[in-house]
Amino acid sequence: MARLNLILLAIAVTCALSAVTANHKARKLFIELDREQSRMHQLDVEWGQLQLEQSTWASHARIEKIARDKLQMKTPDPKQTLTLDGGKP
Amino acid sequence: MKFSSSPVLSQAVPAWRSRFVVLMLMLAFASLVGRSLYLQGINNDFLRGKGEARYERVLEIPATRGRIMDRQGDVLAVSTPVKSIWAIPDDAKLQPAQARQLAQLLEMDVRELNRKLSSDKDFIFIKRQIPPDVADQIAALKLPGIHQQQEYRRYYPAGELTAHMLGFTGAEDEGQEGVELAFNEQLAGKPGSRRVIKDRRGNVVEDVESIRSPQDGKDINLALDDKIQYIAYSNLKQTLDQFKAKAGGAVVLDTRTGEVLALVNLPTYNPNNRSKLSGAQLRNRALTDTYEPGSTMKPFTAAIALEKGKFRYDTPVQTAPGRLTIGNATIHDSHPNGVLTVAQVIQKSSNVGISKISLTFPPETMWDMYDSLGFGTPLKLGFPGEVGGRLRPWKKWQPIEQATMSYGNGISVTLIQLARAYLVFARDGDLIPLSLTKLDTLPPQGKAIFSAQTAKEVRSMMELVVQPGGTATKAQVPGYRVAGKTGTAHKLEGGQYANKYVASFVGLAPASDPRLIVAVMVDEPSNGVYYGGDVAAPAFSRIMAGSLRTLGVAQDAPLKPVIITTDAKEEF
Repeated sequence: MARLNLILLAIAVTCALSAVTANHKARKLFIELDREQSRMHQLDVEWGQLQLEQSTWASHARIEKIARDKLQMKTPDPKQTLTLDGGKP
Repeated sequence: MKFSSSPVLSQAVPAWRSRFVVLMLMLAFASLVGRSLYLQGINNDFLRGKGEARYERVLEIPATRGRIMDRQGDVLAVSTPVKSIWAIPDDAKLQPAQARQLAQLLEMDVRELNRKLSSDKDFIFIKRQIPPDVADQIAALKLPGIHQQQEYRRYYPAGELTAHMLGFTGAEDEGQEGVELAFNEQLAGKPGSRRVIKDRRGNVVEDVESIRSPQDGKDINLALDDKIQYIAYSNLKQTLDQFKAKAGGAVVLDTRTGEVLALVNLPTYNPNNRSKLSGAQLRNRALTDTYEPGSTMKPFTAAIALEKGKFRYDTPVQTAPGRLTIGNATIHDSHPNGVLTVAQVIQKSSNVGISKISLTFPPETMWDMYDSLGFGTPLKLGFPGEVGGRLRPWKKWQPIEQATMSYGNGISVTLIQLARAYLVFARDGDLIPLSLTKLDTLPPQGKAIFSAQTAKEVRSMMELVVQPGGTATKAQVPGYRVAGKTGTAHKLEGGQYANKYVASFVGLAPASDPRLIVAVMVDEPSNGVYYGGDVAAPAFSRIMAGSLRTLGVAQDAPLKPVIITTDAKEEF
């Protein structure tokens, strides 16, 4: 009788310990997942910021100003333009 | 004296008194047991909730707002993370030196800062939308009771070019104007939530569970082409400066899909810095302002005349002596023209001619035509403040009104309605709805308003307008055949026609196979020149030329020198 009690006690303790371990592992994995998701979000935000920066540098007003003033470019004359129909609609 | 021999003990006490006390004690004990059974066994959720509230919180995770892009994917509106500084006034007891430092970093007045910190509330914003580097400096100060919160701020790289089209968002990242409002639901996304364990000070110690991930807002691809938008903006601005005009608008439509490739209004504002805005700057005139369009309406009357079979393009119309009296009112042409064909009525823009044509039809016919073209009804693109203009019911028309409406007085429209109505001439008679977003498939066949034959004939008449003898030789675009119509309308002020004008031109190109419609409107040109053919037509020409070149549209006219003669003067 005493031995049965001991065995049951041992099982109960093992279950308790494994519950704790499982919970601990789950939390660790969750933290890691969360970290990666947050990194993904950070990268997404950085991409947005880079796009913003690109749009500012590539703004039409700025490009036109540089083209006309610094590079002395002009819009081509229709007489100089030949359109080729590549079959595009 | 020993206790056992105390005289108090020898007094006789009635037995019931001690039993009564015992009974009371037992009842008290029983009620405690009962209560504890109740709390622990039956109603334990309440207590458990209270326990969890000590350490568990459910946090909301904000979703990122979607980006707005032009048709090519160039970014027009994007959210970047910024921080807001908030405080718990009870905890935030700052030294004067610290308060000064904080105020300096935030560029705030110290007195204002102190006033906020001495408020009664539990939570108060000190300043919102601080750039991240300033926020880092503030965090380094480690001031008690001062916390930071992540927020998003919307940036618009194109600035004032796309201000009216895009609109802007408010402090809570909700759209308030323009596309930001019209598509707010798609852009906003859904916030998520997660359960965390917090310590006594409110720091997150551990994440327990993610209840719901945030759904980021969807990106939107507008139909807008930012190159064409820039071309429209810079040329409109040049025109307004040259003719000292109060305001203006330009719309570019793709005739094949109904997509709005450009929509510009002036005056405009910088949505990135909205500190000093005037009402005039905010007005999205192309969509919200109605005006009497003037002669740009004439082609529609010509079209119905041809459609009903009563007239042909060469049917003569007598316009001598250059005025027409109907009832008490007289309609004038500025030059008496004698007999004109219907085509010449359009070319020389004769009010008398078009009125006579219009009056041969019953009012209901004319009303049906205007109504089917979309006048009088808002376009319902989703913009706040959209209006439909004014088209009075035909039963209330006097003959004089029917006549004046044919040349665009007595009816009011928005620029975008007018541009859309011209689709019938570009698309051989049918009308499709407009689209603000990029379309992946061609729209289905639209509603047929006129027959293809009629549409083509009126288009040919409109080609005459830009050729020598017409009112808009300045609208010519080298290498392309252009068709269009000028408009020079008196403005109504207080019910009277004033000496102020709205100069406009609406046209399409290439006339052989139209791809684009460009509509330009200039409000109150004030340096002496005000005819549509002089003010709006040159702007149209430059915008159309730039847009066709951007899209790589093939030229359909042999190149010859552009002939600019003394134009036939626009009629009012």
